[in-house]
Amino acid sequence: MEAVQTVKTEAEAVNALALENEPELAEEATGATGDMSQFISFRIGEEEYGVDIMAVREIKGWTSVTKLPNTPDFVRGVLNLRGVIVPIFDLRCRFGMGETEATKLHVVIIVTVRERTIGILVDAVSDILTANAEQIRPVPEMDRDRQERFLAGLITVEERMVALIALDELFDSKTIASATEHAVTE
Amino acid sequence: MASDNQQLEQFKATFFEECAELQSDLEQRLENLSAGNYDLEDLHAIFRAIHSIKAGAGAFSFTRLVQFSHKFEALLDLLREGQVEPTAELVDVLVRASDVVADLVEVAQSGAEAEDDYGADVLEEIEALLGSDEKTASGAGAAQDAPADADEAGPRRFRIRFLPKSSLLQSANEPLLLIRELKGLGALEVEADTQSLPPLHDIEPDELHLRWTLTLEADCGEEAIKEVFEFVEDECDLEITRLEDASEAAPPETAKADATPEPGAKDGSFVERRKGGRRADDPKPGSQRTSSIRVDLDKVDKLVNTVGELVITQAMLAQQIDALTGDRRARLMSGLEELSSHTRDLQENVMAIRMQPVKSVFSRMPRMVRDLSSKLGKKVRLITSGEETELDKTVIEELADPLTHMIRNSADHGLECPEDRKTAGKPEEGTIHLTAEHRGGRIVILIEDDGRGIDRQRVLAKAIDQNLVSADAKLSDEEIDNLIFAPGFSTASAVTDVSGRGVGMDVVRRNIMNLGGKVSVQSEPGKGASFVLTLPLTLAVLDGMVVTVGDQKYVVPLNNILESFRPRPQDLKTLVNGGQVVRTRGEFTRLVSLARIFDVPNATHDPSQGLVVMVEADGGSVIGIVVDELLGQQQVVIKSLEANYDPIEGISAATILGNGQVCLILDLDSLEAMDRLSGLDALPLIDAADEETPDEGPAEAVEPQEVPAGEDGNTESGG
Repeated sequence: MEAVQTVKTEAEAVNALALENEPELAEEATGATGDMSQFISFRIGEEEYGVDIMAVREIKGWTSVTKLPNTPDFVRGVLNLRGVIVPIFDLRCRFGMGETEATKLHVVIIVTVRERTIGILVDAVSDILTANAEQIRPVPEMDRDRQERFLAGLITVEERMVALIALDELFDSKTIASATEHAVTE
Repeated sequence: MASDNQQLEQFKATFFEECAELQSDLEQRLENLSAGNYDLEDLHAIFRAIHSIKAGAGAFSFTRLVQFSHKFEALLDLLREGQVEPTAELVDVLVRASDVVADLVEVAQSGAEAEDDYGADVLEEIEALLGSDEKTASGAGAAQDAPADADEAGPRRFRIRFLPKSSLLQSANEPLLLIRELKGLGALEVEADTQSLPPLHDIEPDELHLRWTLTLEADCGEEAIKEVFEFVEDECDLEITRLEDASEAAPPETAKADATPEPGAKDGSFVERRKGGRRADDPKPGSQRTSSIRVDLDKVDKLVNTVGELVITQAMLAQQIDALTGDRRARLMSGLEELSSHTRDLQENVMAIRMQPVKSVFSRMPRMVRDLSSKLGKKVRLITSGEETELDKTVIEELADPLTHMIRNSADHGLECPEDRKTAGKPEEGTIHLTAEHRGGRIVILIEDDGRGIDRQRVLAKAIDQNLVSADAKLSDEEIDNLIFAPGFSTASAVTDVSGRGVGMDVVRRNIMNLGGKVSVQSEPGKGASFVLTLPLTLAVLDGMVVTVGDQKYVVPLNNILESFRPRPQDLKTLVNGGQVVRTRGEFTRLVSLARIFDVPNATHDPSQGLVVMVEADGGSVIGIVVDELLGQQQVVIKSLEANYDPIEGISAATILGNGQVCLILDLDSLEAMDRLSGLDALPLIDAADEETPDEGPAEAVEPQEVPAGEDGNTESGG
């Protein structure tokens, strides 16, 4: 999986992903029983997260966005996705780890959440994971952790832990609204 | 079955759409009739409309609608045949009958059941009118017998050769229904000629290869039979032969059926033909069908969107190519120029798809005026012109309410009652002109009445009474006239059914402003008033001024910009709470700093270093927006932000600039509100210590200057 991080363009990244995972996917699919789900995993710093592949519309490289006034820090702005205005959220910032210094190497994952199309800014896309319901473990309860509410579960893949993101929780209108208020009153 | 049901629902939906169109046409034609322009063409159109509604209603078993429209149709037919005179009373019955039809259609659409006696009174009147003629008329459609048949009574036999063209089915006609309708006239024998049926594997399901020979024994005339085939007359050849007695009923010549049927008089038969005059004015159903198609508005919107993208992509390409050097560049540029002219054409054409004549809104007005004039006891004549002027469908939809309101207003407040008009030396009948025209890329709608005009003293008194202006304010006549648009203003002393229900001209103004338009009034006491609406042709694009604030760009709707200038430092005043005002021509205007309320870094905070753009918010108030510079004016395609994000205060929508970047469009109304929220208007706006306070007392803050200031009409945008 290390190869992916060095890939320069999104197209290559996606191609690489597809090639790399094909044998693995086939293998897993044949041995699969029960409800299998697939996730796209990506990195923010050292952490690895995953989103349901069915929600993902496309993956593109970071381009500059237009800032929206009076919005929380994690709302990076909006960009033009073939004529549709799409808001871009900084996941690192959402998790309270500070704003991402976005470069051309950063990746935006375009996802559909509750009929809205949004983009999430991450460091790099790394893998496609397949897991059945049993492999997804609940998130242990830790009071002080701000993230846990936004996590749907954890999967362990080859000694790595991938946190699955509950997209609809994370970028729900109410969540954003309360964050906006917070940002404005601050 | 599910898909069958679905299909039926679709057909129903189409039927109701058609009904709406037919009704709109109907109203207009009826209006022509009631205006005294008795035109046979109108009558025919009305008849066709009712007949189509009846036919459709029959297909969906809307029994009430069928029954009523049947009688209605019968009456129309008598009128058409000249059996009854088109008196004013009769036209009135027609108008009311068409109302009943409209209501029944609505009821059918909602799936409810109309009250049993609904429309009974109108039906009675129709029957009364039909009454005397009913004896001679009979059968469906109550058509009159041909003169030759009139003297004979009792059942007659007809041989009908119905030779449909193979395309009959493609125009959604069903022969079975026709045959059934014939059967309703009397005893019917049907013989199908299957000779020209192609072998099974060559059959096109939507081509008709059958011909029929029908023998009808009924006591109706030939007209009634022709009536049945009225809607397929261009799609078939029809021969109707009167048979003297059973022995003459010769078997059909099959050979003839194969030959291309020639209209002509052969062995005593004649081919169905309309009388010359009628035929000439009758638009061919065939040609109509090919001239328009019904398209879902969503599809058109998508097309508009895609073309918008194309324009942007092309602009991006142009920028890239511009950066190139050498021989290649010139060739690329010339190719690109061609592309750009094509895209422009394409964009214009796509926009034109959404364009519709304002007729669809205008045609609703005469009806309303009619009702109004009887309700108010005034004689009102509405003259419309320019109905063919086209504008975007979305604008048309939004136009109906404000227009209705303004015409109501003109009839109720503007026009005097007949006695007053007489004493004023005017004709008893008041006139309202409703005109639409294109003027410089926008549409102008004029509503003129010849009534009493605006009673300035009363308006001013009322405005002072309602605290809209100060008691000692000196306003010009024009300013007073425009006070009627001030929020909360109403002069109606009594709440009538017609106007004065709390919905004032301010709502009209807001509606029009929301459409990106403007409204103003000119009045001459005793002579009348005229309202001028100026509207953009479309809502999909907006003329905007691109401004920069720091490293951000925003679009200010051009229509709202009054002027822009760099203020001199001595014209700026900072209030104790940090808010700023600027003085222009002795008036003080509140400044809104985008840099401050949007928290934009690296922006000019000192207005005397940047620019002030004076804008009139849709609510009518004027504010000065502080920006760094103006980049230029541009037509932008409006994109919704809310599709994928929540509404943002101060921003109405977004657009995409030539470089592909998203640019936000300012929402001037909420900008003003945001500024208020920050507490600026808690203090008196004008510094009481300032000796230059003109004619405004410190008691009223910014309010008094709002309305008049908006009407200066200074739309020059410097910079």
